[in-house]
Amino acid sequence: MLSKEKTLKIKKTAEKYRNVPAPHGEDIDLNEYKINKSDVIIDSLEDLDREYRSQLENIGINVKEENTSGSYLQINNEAVYSHVQSKIEMMPISEALKKYDLDEYYWNLVEIKDKYSARAALELTEGFFIRVPKGVKETIPLQTCLLIGKEHSSQNAHNIIIVEEGGELNIITGCTTSAHVKSGLHIGISEFYIKKNGKLTYTMVHDWGENVHVRPRTGVYIEENGVFINNYVITTPVKSVQSYPTIYCEGDNSKATLQTIVYGKGQSVIDLGSKVVLSGKYSSADIISRSIADDTSEIVARGLLVGKEEEIKGHLECKGLIISDESRLYAVPELDARKANIDLSHEAAVGKIAEDQLIYLMSRGLTEDEAVSLIIKGFLSIDLSGLPPNLAKSVERIMDMTLDSI
Amino acid sequence: MLTIENLSVKVEDKLLLKNINLNMDNGEVHVLFGPNGAGKSTLINTILGNPKYKVVGGSIYFKGKDITDMPIYERAKLGIGISYQSPPSIPGVKLKDLLKIISKVDWEKIEKMAETLHFKDFLKRDVNVGFSGGEVKRSELLQLFAQNPEFIMFDEPDSGVDVENVKLIGTIINDILLEKTKKPADRKKSGLIITHMGHILKFINVDRAHVLYDGIISCSGSPDEILNTIIKYGYERCIACYQKRKH
Ligand SMILES: Nc1ncnc2c1ncn2[C@@H]1O[C@H](COP(=O)(O)OP(=O)(O)OP(=O)(O)O)[C@@H](O)[C@H]1O
Ligand SMILES: [Mg+2]
Repeated sequence: MLSKEKTLKIKKTAEKYRNVPAPHGEDIDLNEYKINKSDVIIDSLEDLDREYRSQLENIGINVKEENTSGSYLQINNEAVYSHVQSKIEMMPISEALKKYDLDEYYWNLVEIKDKYSARAALELTEGFFIRVPKGVKETIPLQTCLLIGKEHSSQNAHNIIIVEEGGELNIITGCTTSAHVKSGLHIGISEFYIKKNGKLTYTMVHDWGENVHVRPRTGVYIEENGVFINNYVITTPVKSVQSYPTIYCEGDNSKATLQTIVYGKGQSVIDLGSKVVLSGKYSSADIISRSIADDTSEIVARGLLVGKEEEIKGHLECKGLIISDESRLYAVPELDARKANIDLSHEAAVGKIAEDQLIYLMSRGLTEDEAVSLIIKGFLSIDLSGLPPNLAKSVERIMDMTLDSI
Repeated sequence: MLTIENLSVKVEDKLLLKNINLNMDNGEVHVLFGPNGAGKSTLINTILGNPKYKVVGGSIYFKGKDITDMPIYERAKLGIGISYQSPPSIPGVKLKDLLKIISKVDWEKIEKMAETLHFKDFLKRDVNVGFSGGEVKRSELLQLFAQNPEFIMFDEPDSGVDVENVKLIGTIINDILLEKTKKPADRKKSGLIITHMGHILKFINVDRAHVLYDGIISCSGSPDEILNTIIKYGYERCIACYQKRKH
C-alpha cells in the first residue's frame, strides 16, 4: 500500500511531466502505442506456445525452469507467471503494492521527469517485486522476462528489488518481442535496493523488434559493503534505446560494476550510459562499455562518475569499434570530482579493427570475415570473473548464443 | 618447397629487402642470422603475405606455386605457418577457442602438447593477453602444433626465453614441428629460423645458414661455421661480403 500522500505526489508529478520529452533520445508520440493486457494463461513456462517459448530461449530464459530459483514472465502489461523455488520472495508489483507499504521504495530512486516515467506512473503498469530476506544467499539465478506480444503496443513495467542485509541474488532478465511483433514501446522503471553486505548481480539481454523503442529508467541504491554487478547486452536491431541508469554507492565500501555490450546493427539508435555517484567512503565503481557500430547505426556511449567522498575509486572504460562508414559512435566519458583525496579515471578509445590482429588470425588460416567475427566476439565478451560459477555458466551460454548470431 | 627469386620489398617507401634469392628443399631447416634491423622479420612477413610489406620485384614460389600475390590466409591454407617475434593479443578470445578453430589435429593431442609445454593453464586465458615474453613463444608453438603447417617460420622463438625453456622449445621445434628425428625421406616439414643466440641451435638440426645484412643475403653456408664467425668477430666480417654482394 502506498500512503495517500505518496500516491497524490506521484500523480501530481506525473501529470506535470506527462508531455515532457526526455533530454536524450528520439521523442516518441505516446498516443501511437496502446496499452494492452495479455490473453495468455499458463501454469508453467512450458505451457507457452512454441513461438513464445523459442523467443524466450533466444534471450537465455530456461523454459523448463531448470537450474533457476524462480521465474517471472510479463507479457504486455500483465504478469502471466510468477513462481519461486527458493526462499526469495517474488510477486507482481501490483500485488506487492497491496500487501506492503512501499512508500520508501516506490518511485524513490527514479524520478518522474519525462513523459515515459510519467506514463509508467499514470497508466496500467505491471512489473516484478523481488525481496531477498536477510542473510539469504541464492546463487542459482532467478529469471525474469518481459515480452511484448502485440504489435504497436506499449509495455510499462515497474520493477523493485530489495536485497536485505547480507542477502545475495543473481538475476537474468530477458526483454523481447514475440517474433511477429516488429514495433512497440517498452518503458521500464527499475528501483533496486542493496542493503548492508548484500549483493545483486543483474544480467539483462535485450532482443527487441527492429521498430521497438525502449526507454528504461533505473536507479540503484547500495548500502555499506553492498555489491552491485550489472551486465547489459544488446546485439540485435532495435528502433531506439535510451537509458541512463544511476547507481548510488551510498554506503562505505560499497561497490558497483557495470558492463555494457552493444552491437549496433541496422538502423538502431542506441544511447546508453551509466552514472555512478560515489558518496560512501572507500566506495568504488567500474563502468565498462564495449560498443560496435555497424550498418547505419548510431551509438552514444555515456558514462559519468561522481566522486563525493574521500578515498573513493572509480574507473570508466569505454571502447568502441566502428565498422561501417555510415555508422556513428559517440563516446562521452565524464568525471566529476568533489573531494581532493579521490581516484577517478577514464579511458575511451574508438577505432577500427586492429590490422595486426586480423593478420595474426589470417596467418593461422582464418579468412578475413572469420577473423573479423572472432575479433568482434572477443571484443564484446563480458568479464565473468566476478560472477558465481553457476551464473557465469549461464551468462556465458547466453553470450555465446547472442554472439553466434552476429 | 620454397624458392625466392630476386625478391625486393618495400615498406612505406623504404626498400627493406634487395634482390633476395633463397631455396629450401623438403625436409630442410635453415637459419637466418643478421643484426637488428637487417630485414629478417621483413623477409618472413613477406613470405607469409603480410600486406604491409609490398613486393616491388621478384617472386616467391611455394610447393611449385607462385604465391607472390596470394592472400595471407590462402598461404596459410597451403601450409605456411609462423611463430611471431611479438604477436598481438586478442582480448576476449580464449586460446582454447582459437586452437579449436585453427586445429587440424585431434584435441587430445593438442592438450597433450599443452601439457608438454607446461601451458595447460593458459588455455582458458585470452590469446596472448598478459602473457610474459617466454609464455608468448610457447603460445605460438602450441598454435603451430594445432595448425600443423608444412613450412614453418620461427621469428626468434628463443628471445626472452629462460635456459630450461629454450631446451624445451628447441626440442619441440626439432622433434615435433620439423620432424627432424624422422628419416630424411619421411620428413615432410621444412623450417626457417631466425635467432640471435646460438643456444637454441644446440637442440635443432639445422642444414644451412644465411646472414641477412641491410636487406641483402650477404653470405650462406654451414650453420656452425657462420655462427662461430659471428660470435667471434660480430657482424663486422659480414660487411665486406655485403659490399661485395651489393655490386
Ligand atoms: N612498418 C614499417 N615502417 C617503417 N619501417 C619499418 C617498418 N617495418 C620495418 N621497418 C624497418 O625495416 C627494418 C627491418 O626491420 P625488421 O623487423 O625486418 O628487422 P629484423 O632484422 O627482424 O630486426 P630484429 O633483429 O631487431 O628483429 C628496420 O629498420 C625497421 O625499422
Ligand atoms: Mg625481427
